[in-house]
Parts: sequence; structure tokens; C-alpha cells
Amino acid sequence: MFSLNEIKKSALIALWFMFLTFPIMVIRVNTIYKTIEWRWERLFMVGVGTFVLSFVWRYAIKRKEEGIKKADMGEDAQQTIAQRIMENRNIYYPSLAALAIFVVIFPFVFSMYQTNIMTTALIYVVVGLGLNIVVGLAGLLDLGYVAFYLVGAYTYALLNLHFGLGFWTVLPIGALFAGIFGFILGFPVLRLRGDYLAIVTLGFGEIIRLVMENWNWFSFGPSGIANIPRPGLFGLKLSLHQNIIYIYFIMIGLAIFTIFVVRRLQDSRLGRAWMALREDEVACQAMGIDKRRTKLSAFGLGAMWAGLGGVMFAAKTTFINPASFTIWESIIILCVVVLGGMGSILGVICGAMILILLPEYLRAFSEYRMLLFGAILVIMMVFKPEGMISNVRRTYKFEKNKQP
Amino acid sequence: MEPILQVKELTKDFGGLRALDSIDLEVHAGQIAALIGPNGAGKTTFFNCITGIYKPTKGEMLIAPQGKKKKRLNGLKPNHVTESGLARTFQNIRLFQNMTVLENVMIGRHCRMHAGIPGAIIKNPATKREEKQAVDDSYRILEKIGLEQYVNEYAKNLPYGAQRRLEIARAMATEPFILLLDEPAAGMNARETKELDDLIIRIRDQEKISILLIEHDMKLVMSLSDMIYVVDYGKKIAQGTPAEIKNNPDVIKAYLGEDADA
Repeated sequence: MFSLNEIKKSALIALWFMFLTFPIMVIRVNTIYKTIEWRWERLFMVGVGTFVLSFVWRYAIKRKEEGIKKADMGEDAQQTIAQRIMENRNIYYPSLAALAIFVVIFPFVFSMYQTNIMTTALIYVVVGLGLNIVVGLAGLLDLGYVAFYLVGAYTYALLNLHFGLGFWTVLPIGALFAGIFGFILGFPVLRLRGDYLAIVTLGFGEIIRLVMENWNWFSFGPSGIANIPRPGLFGLKLSLHQNIIYIYFIMIGLAIFTIFVVRRLQDSRLGRAWMALREDEVACQAMGIDKRRTKLSAFGLGAMWAGLGGVMFAAKTTFINPASFTIWESIIILCVVVLGGMGSILGVICGAMILILLPEYLRAFSEYRMLLFGAILVIMMVFKPEGMISNVRRTYKFEKNKQP
Repeated sequence: MEPILQVKELTKDFGGLRALDSIDLEVHAGQIAALIGPNGAGKTTFFNCITGIYKPTKGEMLIAPQGKKKKRLNGLKPNHVTESGLARTFQNIRLFQNMTVLENVMIGRHCRMHAGIPGAIIKNPATKREEKQAVDDSYRILEKIGLEQYVNEYAKNLPYGAQRRLEIARAMATEPFILLLDEPAAGMNARETKELDDLIIRIRDQEKISILLIEHDMKLVMSLSDMIYVVDYGKKIAQGTPAEIKNNPDVIKAYLGEDADA
């Protein structure tokens, strides 16, 4: 692997990177003394760094290709760790129990801050699983998903402000409202697919946000709505700390509920119809599936979870304004689904955990945070485009041919 | 006896191009009918019109399944056409690649099932029963087609011939009374074609499903069909039994071109 050719290639790459990064890495203009600093040692570092990394990169690509070749030749593809755990009952149940214990003691062991970001991650689990229905199962690329999240959050904020409705009452209402919005969005985009659909949903997401920003008497515009009450517990007065723990457990409950429902849906008649729609729209319809109903149900049911997450978000932060619901948010949720593994529940959970928790823990590297985050995304997509945990279809066992 | 599929003066224009020009066609119960013609003659367009993918410009399409009321197909959506008992396969294989073989067939069962969203979530006994029934039915169909060894395999990993047969299995799962096969033997070798030949006969005799097929493999068409319709440039130029078609001068002309010296 260290042939002359390879070295030449790497040297070229290193040179190219040195050239590209020259202006930002080497030159520094000191605006106070009006001098220019030339930091030549950095150029050397970039050169050596890219030279070594290009070898690593090529080696990784080669390994990946060999893996694909092996799978093509009919050798049993290696099972992923997750799959192995799922299949072996002796490991599966104990690890599930360990996870449950960890989840329960988590808020008592770790600080309030940790509990808080874990709650945020759990909101993304719920919302991500919702988007997973639309993108992962039904194959409808939705870039305006955050609109439904917004609908949920504003439903709670406004209903509470005007009618004094509590968290538990609004939770289902918010989900329902968001579901209806999803349904409504579904109608005009019934005929669209792929890029066109993505653009229309992108526009829809922005429209909703802009309406909220400008419709002052209804939504209080950019100043948002403050003092949204946290969830109540039978009228008990909770301290801030207790409340955070309480919200954490509500979120755990919601996440489990979501996982349960989405799993059932996935394995149902409707879930299969969604997947057929994703695979081939024409064939799907020719096999007797009502395309309209299937698409609308995917949009509606997907949006419901965003609504649920939105209500939760409003209750958790106690303040919302349209700035929390930008396109960036949609992209993050989409990343959760794609990075985690489209169509795979476990994948989406892992995706949410990593994408939300990682930036928080990377605060130690502060200014390199986003750079690292981006690098991880790129590396994932190159080496594992199907996501961290890919969707594995259910298998069935049959007895051999019993002739009647 | 009344035909179970009757197409009258079917015409389809694409802009200024007349792809189909008043085609009449009939399929009777228990029959294997074939639609042949050179490339681009409009055969697949014909299928797409019947199955509701295209809207015909003119013409009437009627079905009369045995023991059921006569029904017009005009204006029905593809899924409703399938529900009323017409199932089709595609010329370029259109399987659900990332689903297992069994799931592909179960999609075919979809329109004969009823479970809704609440049923899927609470999994009541009726839903469970229906689901189990669907799995069993699908497996039985796979056994009949001879694909049971692939049950849990992804559709995309199947060998080519098996993919073609899976398309037929999937179509059969919708419980059709007539099966429309669009070039089922395309790309198959001699042995696979022979197996397909047997399979089609078996579908007709055992499942009592009539068949209308588009095919280029003349040997297959001649040996299978009870009735052959020949189209060229959107027009029907001949119809008859294999023996009649073989000696029809128009057909020979369409396939071989006109003899310049004659």
C-alpha cells in the first residue's frame, strides 16, 4: 500500500490542501499593529496531516469496498452488533434491563444540566421517529417538518395563554392539530415526489414560521410567548430541579410510547404500504394500494409526533418564539433520521442521541465543535450511507410444504 | 358466452401521436390470449390504459368476472382496477427491491385486507388473525410459483428469472380473475422460458385465472395462446388462433417488412 504511486497521490493531495488552506492557515493580519504575520509552520502541519490522513482515508475506502465485494459473493454479510444483541435473548433481555435501570437512575446521578440535555435528546427521538415515518418508511422527503413541531408548540402556548388549558390536556390536542396540518399539507403535494416534494415542504415550513413571526396579535411575533407553565403533577408544587426530573420522566414515557406505536405501525398493513410506496409508486398502485390514502396517512401520522414533541418543547423551555423553528431545525431532524438509519427505529434513537448530545459534549472543543460535527457527518455518509443501524426486515419461519 | 374482458375501440393519443387506434379485444374465461406486435406498436400502452395508469382518449373497457356484475373500467384508478380483479406485471421489473419476497407478495394481499390504523396499533384479535392469514396465503402462493426457498430474501437479491416469477406471484396475490403479463419471458433463457410456459398453464388450469400476455418470444406465444391479437403502429392488423396468425400475410409483413421485389 506504500507504493510509489500511492505516495505520489498523497503528496499531490497534501500540496493541494496546503494551497487551499494557505490564506486562512498561514496569513494573519493584525489589524491593530497593521502587520501581517506569516505562520509558515502551519503550512507544514497541514501538509503532513493531509499526507497521513489521505492514506488512512484510502485504506478505509478499500476496506469498505472489500466488504461490499464479500457480500456480493454470497458470503454471509457480517451481522451488526445491534443485530446480534437483538437476536440473542441471553444478551438482549439483560441489556434491556441494564438500559432501563440506567434510564431510571440517570437524573439522580447526573446533574440538572445533563438531565436537561437528555430530555432535549429524547424530544428529538420522538420527533425523529415521526419524521422516520414520512422519510424513512414512506420515502417522502420532507424538509419542512419543523412546521409541525411549531404547530405543536404554539398550540400549547396559545391555548394555555387564552384558555388556561394545562399541559396534559393540550398534549393530545397539539398532536391532533399537527396531524391535521400534516394532512392538509399532504393534499397539494400528493402528486409530487423527490426533489419537488422537498422544495414544496421547505416552502411550507418557512411560510408557517414567517406567519408566526409577522402575525403579531395572534402569535406575538418575534417576541414570542413567555411564561408557559411546566407540566403539572396533580397540583403539587415542584421545585425547578424536581420539575426537570419530572419532565425527563414524562419524555421517557412519551419516547417509549412512540417506539411502541411506530413499531406496530411499521409491521402492519399500513406500514408495508408505506414501504411499497417508497420503493415504487407505480407498482404500488398497480398492486391495489390507494396511493392517496397511504401518502396522507404518512404525512398525518408523521406530523402528529412532531406536534407531541412541540408541546413538550414549549413546556420544557417555557418560552417559544419563531426563531426556534427555523429550517436548521428541520435539517437536524432529517440528519437524525438519515444518520441513524432510515426506517430503523433503533437507528433513529441512536441518531438523536449522537446528534443532540455530541455537540453538547463537544463544547470542550468549543470553536472546533461544528467542524468536528460536520466531519462526522461526512465520514458517516461516505462509509455507511445506510446509517448507523440499517433497517432489517422481519423474517418469517415456515414449515415445509404440507400438501392438502 | 360473454367475454370476461371486453375492450371496444380503445384509442389513446399522446399529443398528436395516435398510440392506439380503436383496438377491439376480448378475453374469455379460461383463455390465454396474447397481444403481439413489433416494438413500439402500443402493446404496453394498451395495458396501461386498461389498468388505469393512462386515461384512454376514446373507447370502452368492460369486465365481467364470472358470477359478478359487469363493470366499466373507464376512469378507475389503478388500485381500483386491481381491486376489481385485474392484476398486472411490468415489462421492466418493478418489484419492491428493499422488501423481502414474502412482503412483496403481502403487498399484493393489501387490497383484500381491511386493518386500519387503530387495528395496527392495538393489534386486536381480528387484525392479528388477518395478518397471520395474509402471511399464510402469501406463503402458499410462493409455494405454487416455486419461490418458497427465497421467502425472507430481499427482492433485489433474487436471480433474474425468480424476480420475474415473483412479479407474477405478487399479482396473483391480489386474487385476480384475469392476469395481464407484460413480456414475462423477456431476458429469460430457454430453460426458464420453458418453466414459465408450464407456470402460465398451471395458473390457468389450477387457479382458474385467465391470462392476457404481451410477448416477443414467438415460440412461447404460439404454444400457449388460444387467441392472438396482432397490433402494429397502434392498429390491430390481425386476430386469430396461432395457426391462422402464422400464415397471415399482414402479420408477416409487419414483422419482416415488405418485400421490395414483390
